[in-house]
Amino acid sequence: MEKLVVGSREFSSRLLVGTGKYKDFQETQDAIVASGAEVVTVAIRRTNIGQNKEEPNLLDFLNPEDFIILPNTAGCYSVDDAVRTCNLARELLDGHNLVKLEVLGDEKTLFPNMTQTLEAAKILVEDNFEVMVYCTDDPILCKELDDIGCVSIMPLAAPIGSGLGITNPYNIEIILENSNKPIIVDAGVGTASDATIAMELGCDGVLMNTAIAEAKNPILMASAMKKAIESGREAFLAGRMKKRLYASKSSPEDGVIK
Amino acid sequence: MNAKTIGIILNGSEIHLKSDSLKELIDSLNLSEARFAVEINREIVPKSQIDNYTLNDKDEVEIVIAVGGG
Repeated sequence: MEKLVVGSREFSSRLLVGTGKYKDFQETQDAIVASGAEVVTVAIRRTNIGQNKEEPNLLDFLNPEDFIILPNTAGCYSVDDAVRTCNLARELLDGHNLVKLEVLGDEKTLFPNMTQTLEAAKILVEDNFEVMVYCTDDPILCKELDDIGCVSIMPLAAPIGSGLGITNPYNIEIILENSNKPIIVDAGVGTASDATIAMELGCDGVLMNTAIAEAKNPILMASAMKKAIESGREAFLAGRMKKRLYASKSSPEDGVIK
Repeated sequence: MNAKTIGIILNGSEIHLKSDSLKELIDSLNLSEARFAVEINREIVPKSQIDNYTLNDKDEVEIVIAVGGG
């Protein structure tokens, strides 16, 4: 499959995955390897005071030399907190400047607060971050984020962790039409066909976490998602047939035995 | 080593330290091998400055790591 170019980086997989909600770090690693994803998101949190020496660390299981670590600003409800988290992430990852910006507006829906998201995006882009931005599926606001200089626009398909699938494919189509930046559906995918639908629409990638982590067999679902993304991409590139109301024969009319 | 103790806020909790060395605090948290980042009074402390950094009374220290997230 052709590479996905995001800012200054190239990814070989169009599936981007989160690392939350797994049973343990081993399962996280196994699922991510099965998904074939190269970009993996992490959250930035206070360390436990009095941590055991033996307590495992997520990055021991996902070596930043093998994966592209995408720190997120999950849990941030203000511009300040989101920018601060990005700065800490950049220091933690030795100057790595690719971040997933999310400024949330509400605990119940986890919908983004778009006014704060736009403001934070401006500050981060000016400070040389490469910003992949989680946002609503509003085509006008997506265009604004594009104009600010975000490297990827990541509209939600449905609320985070809801598994409702692509709830508004028409908006996603308009967002795709309006932008030359990679459009990555972030959040809301529930199963493999949802990921395929996003890719068939022409999305450049899909970012998911719960759909894999909360499957009965996360490793098998990770493998299903890998195939779903590839199928959807190939179908998009192949160009689907036109729908017609009535049947159209596939076998020749001539030579039917009478 | 400083003889008197200092009080700092570490990740939101008040603690008292016998030493004002940031390096010793980090060693005591068993973090030396891990990837982490430090912020003091809302300013990042670059890794290169940690060894020689002296903590002050009432400093607000945040030490973060990467955890699972989406």
